[in-house]
Amino acid sequence: MTELNISILEQKFQEKIDNDIKIEPRDWMPDNYRQTLIRQISQHAHSEVVGMLPEGNWITRAPNLRRKAVLLAKVQDEAGHGLYLYSATETLGADREQTIDDLHSGVAKYSSIFNYPTVSWADMGAIGWLVDGAAIMNQVPLCRCSYGPYARAMVRVCKEESFHQRQGFEIMTTLAKGSPEQKEMAQDALNRFWWPSLMMFGPNDAESKHTEQSMKWKIKRHTNDELRQMFVDATVPQAELIGLTIPDKDLKWNEETGHYEFGAIDWAEFWEVVKGNGPCNKDRIDTRRRAKEKGAWVREAANAYAEKRRKRKAS
Amino acid sequence: MNALFEYLIRLGDDSLIIGHRLSEWCGHGPVLEEDIAMTNLSLDFIGQTASLLKYAGEVEGKGRTEDDLAYLRCDREYKNILLVEQPNGDFGMTMMRQFLFDAYRKLLFERLVNAKDETIAAIAEKSLKETKYHFKHSSEWIIRLGDGTEESNRRVQDSLDTLWRYTSELFYTDAVDAELIAAGTIPSMEGLEEDWEKSVGEVLSEATLTIPTNNWKQEGGRKGMHSEHLGYILAELQYMQRAYPGLEW
Repeated sequence: MTELNISILEQKFQEKIDNDIKIEPRDWMPDNYRQTLIRQISQHAHSEVVGMLPEGNWITRAPNLRRKAVLLAKVQDEAGHGLYLYSATETLGADREQTIDDLHSGVAKYSSIFNYPTVSWADMGAIGWLVDGAAIMNQVPLCRCSYGPYARAMVRVCKEESFHQRQGFEIMTTLAKGSPEQKEMAQDALNRFWWPSLMMFGPNDAESKHTEQSMKWKIKRHTNDELRQMFVDATVPQAELIGLTIPDKDLKWNEETGHYEFGAIDWAEFWEVVKGNGPCNKDRIDTRRRAKEKGAWVREAANAYAEKRRKRKAS
Repeated sequence: MNALFEYLIRLGDDSLIIGHRLSEWCGHGPVLEEDIAMTNLSLDFIGQTASLLKYAGEVEGKGRTEDDLAYLRCDREYKNILLVEQPNGDFGMTMMRQFLFDAYRKLLFERLVNAKDETIAAIAEKSLKETKYHFKHSSEWIIRLGDGTEESNRRVQDSLDTLWRYTSELFYTDAVDAELIAAGTIPSMEGLEEDWEKSVGEVLSEATLTIPTNNWKQEGGRKGMHSEHLGYILAELQYMQRAYPGLEW
């Protein structure tokens, strides 16, 4: 294909985007657009799957049958989201196994929040409330993403995430209204998960290398800092409502802007965790890799059996 | 002893403990589809536990809730069969345990839907729908693994050999069952074991697996005499309720 042809195709592609016409799997798309989506959607899928581990950590110890059932349902949703999103990457020509191997080898990233340990039951509340709350801020605009399969997947994902966020807040509310030790447990979880939750929106706009192009392609609709501000504005009143304190001495309401101002994020910590030096990075990846290795014989058997059946049917 | 209470505890504890074991797989399954399937199974079992133990508490009439019963009894008061508390082992072991149990549960609930006790009949009807799916899922895996590769055949055959000794307890009966059947609360369980042998035999044969000839049987769970494994399950299960007694969560 000549450069002229490509430039015409690119122009038509951008016109579609500008007119809010969805890009579908069989449509022509620039290679960078495809690669950006594969990277973003597979990161999202990996986050769902790795995210099962910190919550799975408390299923066997959930304090009553109702909480256990809700947590199981939530983790099951997350596995479902993972499957959904891996399928979306396949519509772009990615190979699911290769994508997963990239996670295991450290080439592909996932949300850094899951590299923090869940050390108390209150962390189940904090994750639902803050982590899923932050995820919703990120994901609701993705329902309008220019790539059709991703946008449609996100509609369902967001509905479920919204339920997760509410159940997390409900756990925190119950703890905050409970005994002094329960309230302390809730405050401690908020203290540990607050800053990593703010980091979930990614680096400041000036530092974010993908934002500008992604916004032009309508993969992203808001910048990292805009989304982070929306999250803070929504979450601070919720903490006040249940009598918990946001661990930020610089946090204050600004009448003029109509937004909360908040303190400086420790970006050194953020980059360390992204590089693999968080408290649980190694555990998480080792666990996922081990699950794949230990399951190899099962997958081989399933393939061998399917092959036998195919041959029997043919003969 | 209140026979109906005891009967409900036995069924409820089977669901609770196998649900717990399945939930240990969360995030560690051989494929993502099975992570979804096993959390779903576990969720069904925890739902059954809640229904059965809630009713047990009502029948007992001492004000104990389903959570009191699930979380605050001592080891010897749990009445689940030994099969369900056996460790997960590899995926083949878990599926074999599930298959042997599902085959029994399906036949049991098919009978209990006709119980004169309306609550038991209602719980059985809802659970039967779930159990049919569970049995299909575990049977298919047993066939796939048994008739898959040499390695998978060897692994599930080993699992069958290990777990076979716990299967006679599926059909354990005593005065509790006799009293409820005599009173017409639950229907007769005649033919349950024969039907199970037939149903299990068909799948194992298709899976090219061999039923062990060693007929040594290990029982005790229904009388509260458990393996060493149960204590660790309860230590995890009860952790929050024991560490922070009497709180709402």
